Amino acid sequence: MRYITPRKSAQGLGSAHEGTQHHWAMTVTAVALLILTPLFMITIARAIGLPRELVLAYFARPFPALITGLFVIVGMLHFIKGTRIMIDDYFQGGVRKGAIILSVIFGWAVIATAVYALARMGLGAIVVL
Amino acid sequence: MADVNRGNRPLSPHLQVYRLPLAAVTSIMTRITGHALVAGIVLIVWWLAAAVASPGAFACVDWLVRSWLGFIILTGSMWALWYHLLAGLRHMFYDAGYGLEIEQAQKSSQAIIAGSVVLAVLTLIIFFAF
Repeated sequence: MRYITPRKSAQGLGSAHEGTQHHWAMTVTAVALLILTPLFMITIARAIGLPRELVLAYFARPFPALITGLFVIVGMLHFIKGTRIMIDDYFQGGVRKGAIILSVIFGWAVIATAVYALARMGLGAIVVL
Repeated sequence: MADVNRGNRPLSPHLQVYRLPLAAVTSIMTRITGHALVAGIVLIVWWLAAAVASPGAFACVDWLVRSWLGFIILTGSMWALWYHLLAGLRHMFYDAGYGLEIEQAQKSSQAIIAGSVVLAVLTLIIFFAF
């Protein structure tokens, strides 16, 4: 009798040797987004339509900044892993490789842009002209 | 093997001629909504970046956000987000081994479609009422 769990015997299998880690990462980010999604919708709904000075002041507050930052970061990590499955399903060879690279670069560019904007607003260094 | 009919066999029809069952439609819609959501998040992040960039940049993106195109993108994204959330929730039940029977998948598919529309309408009502 083997004292080994089904999970352990599946770990590291699959052509890329990381299928279970990928699936687990998708599950963890999905659960996080389950909580973040309604909070993010409320946060954005309250900000849309405000004039620029009030938008800057709104996202300088901790709750809107944290919810927006978390949603964009976790959402884009979920996006990067999600597009990876789509790319693996529909593309081969060099196109697949290029598409994966583009998707990862794009995802992190969106994260960096959002974090930069939130940091600028949070640090309150913006002179409203 | 000389009398094998090679040219006139009945062929299996291509996948595309079948009418997809509802569970297959809701499954592919999960992938489509997930990828389409990038439009909404890019618009919102662009709007945030423009707000810190300059008044001119903000005025430009804010105009887009408040325009009919912006309304369609944001409202569509909001529905897609609810849909993707409900479909993702179903995936967690699938992973745990529940709801895998055909009739159950049919029912959960209907629930996802109806639920996402109800949540989207509720969200719009709350948005415009408050």
